[in-house]
Amino acid sequence: MTASGTFGYGEEYAEFMDLGRLGAVVVKGLSLQPREGNPPPRVVETAAGMLNAIGLQNIGIEAFVREKLPFLRQFDTAVIANFFGDSVEEYAAAAERLSSVEGIHGLEMNISCPNKQAGWCIFGTDPRVTFQVVSAVRKATTLPLIVKLSPNVTDITIMARAAEDAGADALSLINTLTGMAIDIRTRKPRLGNVTGGLSGPAIKPVAVKMVYEASRAVGIPVIGMGGIMNGDDAAEFLIAGASAVAVGTASFVRPTAAVEILDGIIAYMEREKIEDIRSLTGTVDSGK
Amino acid sequence: MSRYFRAQIKENRPLHQNHNLLSLVNLDEMTEPAPGQFYMVGTDRGYDPLLKRAFSLFRRTPDGLQLFYRVRGKGTSLLSSMGKGEVLDIVGPLGNSYPLPNEDQILAGELGGVYENLVLCTDDGSCGIKGTVVDVLRDFMGRHTTTSSAPVVYACGPVPMLRGIAETALSLGVRGYVSLEENMACGIGACLGCVVRTKSGYRRVCKEGPVFDAAEIVW
Repeated sequence: MTASGTFGYGEEYAEFMDLGRLGAVVVKGLSLQPREGNPPPRVVETAAGMLNAIGLQNIGIEAFVREKLPFLRQFDTAVIANFFGDSVEEYAAAAERLSSVEGIHGLEMNISCPNKQAGWCIFGTDPRVTFQVVSAVRKATTLPLIVKLSPNVTDITIMARAAEDAGADALSLINTLTGMAIDIRTRKPRLGNVTGGLSGPAIKPVAVKMVYEASRAVGIPVIGMGGIMNGDDAAEFLIAGASAVAVGTASFVRPTAAVEILDGIIAYMEREKIEDIRSLTGTVDSGK
Repeated sequence: MSRYFRAQIKENRPLHQNHNLLSLVNLDEMTEPAPGQFYMVGTDRGYDPLLKRAFSLFRRTPDGLQLFYRVRGKGTSLLSSMGKGEVLDIVGPLGNSYPLPNEDQILAGELGGVYENLVLCTDDGSCGIKGTVVDVLRDFMGRHTTTSSAPVVYACGPVPMLRGIAETALSLGVRGYVSLEENMACGIGACLGCVVRTKSGYRRVCKEGPVFDAAEIVW
């Protein structure tokens, strides 16, 4: 799969690879109304990673359905619409609208954004709010519902359980870790938004641990992501407990990363004589 | 059409101080670039630096292409340490190119003239004219207002200079095109990281740019 926000709506990458080889394309996060996004600079490289503060820029659900979805539907791959809202009602309305459209196979809700009605706290950092917003979306859709968890919490298993209890069909983790970088000469933040989200190989050990913990805490599948750069990284997530993996920042580094990683997983399976990739999930021998 | 390919370094040498010329060959997958387009260039040396770096095309050569870059940070330092025969990971050509509103004039008539009228300027006057590009442009425009066709300004360089050029061109009613830079992650239009504010909202430097109509930019 592709990680939301790193693959646009698929168009840019179709020039470099066959999108039909992917299990799913998870599109850039959508909202009911278009969003302009944050002022630049929006990205800055850090050690083995990058910070971004794009600000959820997107064309809005209607323009996506009209202008982008027909292109994606040409390919033999599942289309998963990532979406978000400013309020519980907006989440539900967005989910309902996306569910009425032909050609969307599943929804992924981003709960790492602020709740305008509740003092701008992040939906996904409070288990009660997580339960509330996921429940509302669950009622609004019959499509497979993936909840993308925020890693910026003390205990990921509490959030994982809240999402499962509210009716999520799967979890994806991790979203970016919040971070900041400062230019020590000008003393200005390197991002226009001051803070941003860290991704890339730098966060992989954090992600593997959270996938390990969350997958043991719930009965629903976990989609692992966070710094996967090659097939071996992907295998590590599967062994930790993921049932599927998504490629994010690697697609920025190499436009063909997602299919290269798929080939890397196949090479790993041949090397380790694994016939069914599903047999790998959660096989970490941690002695626990 | 852009491609993702690997190319071999033929030569990578400093031309002046920390400005290097990089010649690349064996570009099997290469497609023809246009003036103003750029390439994302990376190495296979681990995850730090992680992202590719964007470089404008300097020159198309019979057997490949040349990039001209300033050694400035981690990425360009690593690049400058690489030598003949080593292989780079490249995506491109990317972005739009400078529009040529009157091709006949520029290609057939004026190219020689451009070189003849080449003007150098330095801030301290140690070489060429003492002053900035903006001063030279203002002076030049003042003396060339009666040419047969409408003049067009093409510019690339640091943002303060481009802003000055844009203001000068616009104040004289002259069309100007500027090539902009912004931090980039992917270079292909996916990350939305490299946006610039225009009169019609944020636009991606890597996709709708890097060349913009100077009148469209919100400086």
